Amino acid sequence: MSTANVLVLRGVRKGFASPDGGRVEVVDVEALELAAGEQAALRGSSGTGKTTLLHMIAGLVRPDAGSIWVAGHDIARLSEVERDAWRARHIGYVFQSFHLLQAFTALENVALASMFAGRAQVERARELLERVGLGARLEYLPRKLSIGQQQRVAVARALVNRPSLVLADEPTGNLDRSNADAALALIREACRESGAALLVVSHDERIVERFERVLDLGHLARPSAGGVGA
Amino acid sequence: MSARKFGLFLLARRSLRQHALSTVVTSLSLALACGLVMAVLAISAQSRAAFALESTPFDAVLGARGSQVQLVLNSVFHLETSPGNLPWARYLEIAARPGVRAALPYAVGDSWRGFRIVGTDERMFDPRLLGPKTPRVASGRVFDPTLREIVVGSFVAQRTGVRVGDEIHPSHGVGEHGAEHDEDYVVVGVLAATNTPLDRCLWIPIEGMFRMQGHVLRGDGAEFHAEPDQAIPDENKEVSAVLLAFESPQVGLELDRAINKDGRDATLAWPIARVVAELFDKLGWMNRVLGLVAYLTMLVGAASILASLYDAMHQRRREFAILRALGARRGQLFATIVLEATSIATLGALGGVAVYLGILATAREIVRAQTGVVLELSYFHPALLAVPLASIALGAVCGVIPAWKAYRVEVAEHLAPAS
Repeated sequence: MSTANVLVLRGVRKGFASPDGGRVEVVDVEALELAAGEQAALRGSSGTGKTTLLHMIAGLVRPDAGSIWVAGHDIARLSEVERDAWRARHIGYVFQSFHLLQAFTALENVALASMFAGRAQVERARELLERVGLGARLEYLPRKLSIGQQQRVAVARALVNRPSLVLADEPTGNLDRSNADAALALIREACRESGAALLVVSHDERIVERFERVLDLGHLARPSAGGVGA
Repeated sequence: MSARKFGLFLLARRSLRQHALSTVVTSLSLALACGLVMAVLAISAQSRAAFALESTPFDAVLGARGSQVQLVLNSVFHLETSPGNLPWARYLEIAARPGVRAALPYAVGDSWRGFRIVGTDERMFDPRLLGPKTPRVASGRVFDPTLREIVVGSFVAQRTGVRVGDEIHPSHGVGEHGAEHDEDYVVVGVLAATNTPLDRCLWIPIEGMFRMQGHVLRGDGAEFHAEPDQAIPDENKEVSAVLLAFESPQVGLELDRAINKDGRDATLAWPIARVVAELFDKLGWMNRVLGLVAYLTMLVGAASILASLYDAMHQRRREFAILRALGARRGQLFATIVLEATSIATLGALGGVAVYLGILATAREIVRAQTGVVLELSYFHPALLAVPLASIALGAVCGVIPAWKAYRVEVAEHLAPAS
């Protein structure tokens, strides 16, 4: 394992109980690596386990087997509490529907994420929001913001803890074409500026083809595919 | 405060604000319950103490054979009707007993504007006889026992506006609409407030009560009408009661045995505090019922915290999942919900103190108007501390079930749609 890799997966498998009492394997990734600062897209059709894979990388779900190294830690071996703390410090997450907290202002949405990492970074939250063009909307509640503005808040929130890895799950799924292009450009630019690696999950070929490196989830399980790159 | 703790407080505060209506209604219901419990416990305890220990400078009341409670209610609290009269000789006899420090004759039965008039002698206002609880004249002077002069209690003066120099026509009977006597009485003094039933009375020389137009004396059994300028023989005089102060409790014991156990013609209510306490004990069931209702209300208030938070848990699952994805631990979500419940309960407890003070202020006015006894707003009872703390603890406990529901939220189930 190269120390330059911010993300390394080996033999990761995850299955769920099916209604008929059997078991359905949802994720089977033999190997996957992402270098520090690298940006890649992960594609796959519906039901291929893209979101589940992101959840495992984020430490929200523990794999049935295998190891997931992020920033030098095998998070598959951490307890849930350790994974929570680790996630807060090292992972930025951008959700498909932004998932902003509706009772909190734009500034609080961003700053709250830093509080769970153990350091309230209100100034950094303010800087990030100014950088994404929301300096005049700091005290706005999400419902007072446009879709594009909400997406920018979500990006700022993902970056507030200076994560080494940003995961974006269908980040443009709810946006029209022009907003989707702008949002993707924003995420990529923001990650580049902060030095964070970026893994974007999408089934939208128009989005996927913007990345130099594309991972196909359907191929990651096969050792012959090398697990890395398209 | 650490960033994580600050985050929890921010989460709880925002959630309470987001569900403001539910927060306010739940807090109010708990506040009412809290206030009721505090009021039932603290006001009854204060009333008991105020009525039993602070309402009179006397130790005992001697009156006609009958109920001690009625005797005390009539002679000390100026409520109810007099159980009957005693011959003047009975007063002279007990006044002469060794160990009786003070014996003041009371003659009642008249009133002015609903406030009762007591015929007694000027020693009533002598602090050398009755000590620190003696009613003190705030303006004017004590009546001259040979003249038609009247001294007015502070509450009477405050309510009616009567002042020194005014003239008063006493009415027959203790109701508000009794026929007026012919006699005029001049107000010569207004008493300082004693915060006792004395404040609700007017005081005239007992001789004046004997001579009031229409009054019939039956001291020796035969009817006697006092004519102007005619001396009243002692055998014709009678009193409604004799208020007594003793040198020591031993005197009370001896008189209790002699009058209540061995005697047949009179009743000694001694000690007054015991008689009042017995009255409160007889009414204790009402207090217990009120207490039960108040406790049940408190349980309902606490249950409403549980219900409102529990109902909100379903809507908030996605919020919890987002927070978990941002790095919040399950324990932090649990703590947030318990904190919300505790905050609602704290608001309720603070509101409860306000409700209690409101009830106390209202009760204070009613009790003062009816009896002259004044309940203190600053009175402290352990329940005033225990009930708010208990309701906060109860609220926190009620938060545990919804908190457990928040604790168990699975992030993956409530975040992005499955790919």
